[in-house]
Amino acid sequence: MMAKAHVTTTINGDPVEFLCDVEQTLLDVLRDELHLTGSKEGCASGDCGACSVVVDGRLVCACLMLGVEAQGHSVETIEGMATGDRLHPLQTKFLEHAALQCGVCTPGFLVAAKSLLDRNPDPTETEVRYWLAGNLCRCTGYDKIVRAVLDAAAEMRGATA
Amino acid sequence: MTDGSQEKANGATRWIGTRPVRPDGVDKVTGRARFGADVHLPNMLVGKVLRSPHAHARLKSIDTTRARSLPGVKAVVTRDDFEDLPSEFVPAGEMLVNYRDIVRNVMAREKVLYEGHPVAAVAAVGERAAKEALDLIEVGYEVLPHVMDVEEAMAPDAPLLHEDMITAGVEPAPETPSNVAKVVEFGHGDVEAGFAEADVMVEREFRTRPVHQGYIEPHSCVASFSEDGQAELWCTTQGHFIVRGHCAKLLGMEVSRLRVTASEIGGGFGGKTVVYLEPLALMLSRKSGNPVKMTMSREEVFRASGPAPGTCIRVRVGVRRDGRITAGEAELKYQAGAFQGSPVQLGCMCAFAPYDLENVKVTGYDVVANRPKATAYRAPGAPQSEFAVESVIDELAKAIGMDPVALRLKNAAKEGTRAAYGPTFGPVGLVETLEAAGAHEHYRARLAPGQGRGVASGFWFNIGGETCANLNLGEDGTIALVAGTPDIGGSRAALCLQAAEALGVDVETIRPLIADTSSLGYTFLTGGSRTAFASGMAVIEASKDMIGQLCERAAKIWDIPVDAVEWVEGEARPAGANAGEFESLPLADLAGLAGKTGGPIVGRAQINAQGAGPSFGTHVVDVDVDRETGRVEILRYTVIQDAGKAVHPDYVEGQMQGGAVQGIGWALNEEYVYDENGRLENPGFLDYRIPVCSDVPMIDTVIVEVPNPTHPYGVRGVGETPIIPPMAAIANAVEGALGIRFTDLPMSPPRVLKALDEARLPEAAD
Repeated sequence: MMAKAHVTTTINGDPVEFLCDVEQTLLDVLRDELHLTGSKEGCASGDCGACSVVVDGRLVCACLMLGVEAQGHSVETIEGMATGDRLHPLQTKFLEHAALQCGVCTPGFLVAAKSLLDRNPDPTETEVRYWLAGNLCRCTGYDKIVRAVLDAAAEMRGATA
Repeated sequence: MTDGSQEKANGATRWIGTRPVRPDGVDKVTGRARFGADVHLPNMLVGKVLRSPHAHARLKSIDTTRARSLPGVKAVVTRDDFEDLPSEFVPAGEMLVNYRDIVRNVMAREKVLYEGHPVAAVAAVGERAAKEALDLIEVGYEVLPHVMDVEEAMAPDAPLLHEDMITAGVEPAPETPSNVAKVVEFGHGDVEAGFAEADVMVEREFRTRPVHQGYIEPHSCVASFSEDGQAELWCTTQGHFIVRGHCAKLLGMEVSRLRVTASEIGGGFGGKTVVYLEPLALMLSRKSGNPVKMTMSREEVFRASGPAPGTCIRVRVGVRRDGRITAGEAELKYQAGAFQGSPVQLGCMCAFAPYDLENVKVTGYDVVANRPKATAYRAPGAPQSEFAVESVIDELAKAIGMDPVALRLKNAAKEGTRAAYGPTFGPVGLVETLEAAGAHEHYRARLAPGQGRGVASGFWFNIGGETCANLNLGEDGTIALVAGTPDIGGSRAALCLQAAEALGVDVETIRPLIADTSSLGYTFLTGGSRTAFASGMAVIEASKDMIGQLCERAAKIWDIPVDAVEWVEGEARPAGANAGEFESLPLADLAGLAGKTGGPIVGRAQINAQGAGPSFGTHVVDVDVDRETGRVEILRYTVIQDAGKAVHPDYVEGQMQGGAVQGIGWALNEEYVYDENGRLENPGFLDYRIPVCSDVPMIDTVIVEVPNPTHPYGVRGVGETPIIPPMAAIANAVEGALGIRFTDLPMSPPRVLKALDEARLPEAAD
């Protein structure tokens, strides 16, 4: 059997080392080796966005990247979004707007939405809709998700103004 | 003793109708919530399924010798591991299932009946060994001719899926087998006499394709059998008590030996009311002695789990010039998939349910074909039949020059209407939703040239059923609410609000839990739009039980008869001047004193909830059609629905919006593409395209409240109805935009382009 690869990386700001099979995706590693199960597998083909993570500031589907490719890079997952016991404004707004029903797509939406607001603090509804078009939600019809993101953006702009 | 829950029904409510943050919310925005695939156990094996590459074949042989000898492989199961079961129908949601068929659907026996049908399963140390083992299993198939389409399957010379299937519901019974499992018929009056009275008659034939529920979380479970024959199962399901029953039956165990825990569930929409992997994981765990985890890939979800059936539906409706419908007739042919049991009966019952008709007749055919077994999908059976009827109604309105809302209002079912399927309606809210639609600013807003507006209504029954709930009073006066219906979209919040209202306490003092199958009495699944209604009623009953105990404790403390104690706003008070003068006792005080006044206090309810209120909705949609690409754009969408009483309006709106967008996908994009060999060509979210965020506008909602008299707060189910009207509403809007009536779903760009080209041809010839 092929030897496992040793990978050194940073996850949510902490140094992390892991061993993985070379064919394991970053999502497999996060979920099965590191037990960071907040990132979900909905399709394993990059179509649903439930496994959205940020690698060196770039939004990616963890299912489309190999675990070994995380070597030397910095990965941010849903587990790192809240600070201590303080939720990120997006997390708070998702709750206030009831922007989730079953909740399985929610981590991916939050990671993707944060990535949008990091780039564009004042997006239009259309910009939100196109940025989040890579994240599938089958429960909500997207209405409350879009409202939550726009509201969070407004609040974050207010906080930094 | 009196309690406040009844008087609240007539007056203002403190909690019902408010919008607190859901109690399970933080876990779901932090990634902490554990869904089906999020469980890891020590020594856990990976289980995988070998699936048929053929749509129809006889299983000649299965040789697992090489797979079993592969290092790391701990167990292999095939048909030989499962006892055959006799034909026996049991309810699952609104549908029925047959154990003879379930045992064959989870693992093929004599034949494989669809591409993706399981033929073997393995459990191994790690993903890699499990996959390698599948490749080493040798299966001998004798490929048979297959049939996919419902009408082809009904043809006399069609390949037979089940050589012993004799059509039920036909007198005298046919002598030869066919793919028609059942014929059903509903109606009353004399349709031919009714059609004779009509000034205008429209008859159309409609076709809809199978669509998948499209839950984002694939099926997943972890099974752990112990040496003493007891087992635990964690799985994503809408009904863990149903899973327990099915699995125990298939594994030949007593239900008390199997404890099933429902994980958080990542969407279901009816598709997680049956078992696929669970019996296989249990069998693999029993054979290997290790916990076994099995998770479907998205491809497996598409190839092997249940779609809503494709259909062929013929509808005929007659109307007088004054707008009175004189008769309605429909013939529904539904694909059941590999085994009988499509929701055609429900489709028949719903088809004309929005209308008060003197003459109506509906005939349905349940037809097997070489596709995955159809499973419930949100109002199973109704979206197809009501699409057909609501399209014809629109055409009739146009033919007699009447506003489509006015035509519906003139014929709308209301209290006292005898439904086409038999019963007489109690208070229902169709008229109210139609009036709200007609009065809505959306309905009167100007359309730009080339745009179209459509309207359609929908009906769904809603169900009640067997339900338990407990309220465990803590020593500080806070409460653990224990329910047995998996929370698929915010029902914990709806249950806590109902308990808070009934008990008169702050909703934040109540924390909910979905109990496993050994910790609560049998509770039917989350489905049939029953959870806020039926678990809500159980929670209210449990609250009354608890209030009774609390009043007894207060009576004991005050040394007065219990009838002299009343429960008001979360505290015990002396009832009237004759009861004596005592300082009222709040819940927390009584909780603290429980040990000295008789012991722990637990409110319990085990009910069979009756009287679910039927649900009606009306949708209004504006569309534009790109004449070059054939793409239909949804410009504006309004959902109007009778909720009876919205317990948590955010989540009621969410159901209305989500259902509408699923309907938009059904109308415009979603369909399976099979090749000539019956193999699915689009088993992924790239090519089976469900609506994405940029496809849709905001979905406006209007909640109408016509209380359901059976429920203390008037609650009706709300979850399923919103998927029913979109297909017809959009088809009606597209007709308005293009003057072309679409009777085939989906109205995808290629189909729309083709229709546009055909419409242009005569122009070009001029």
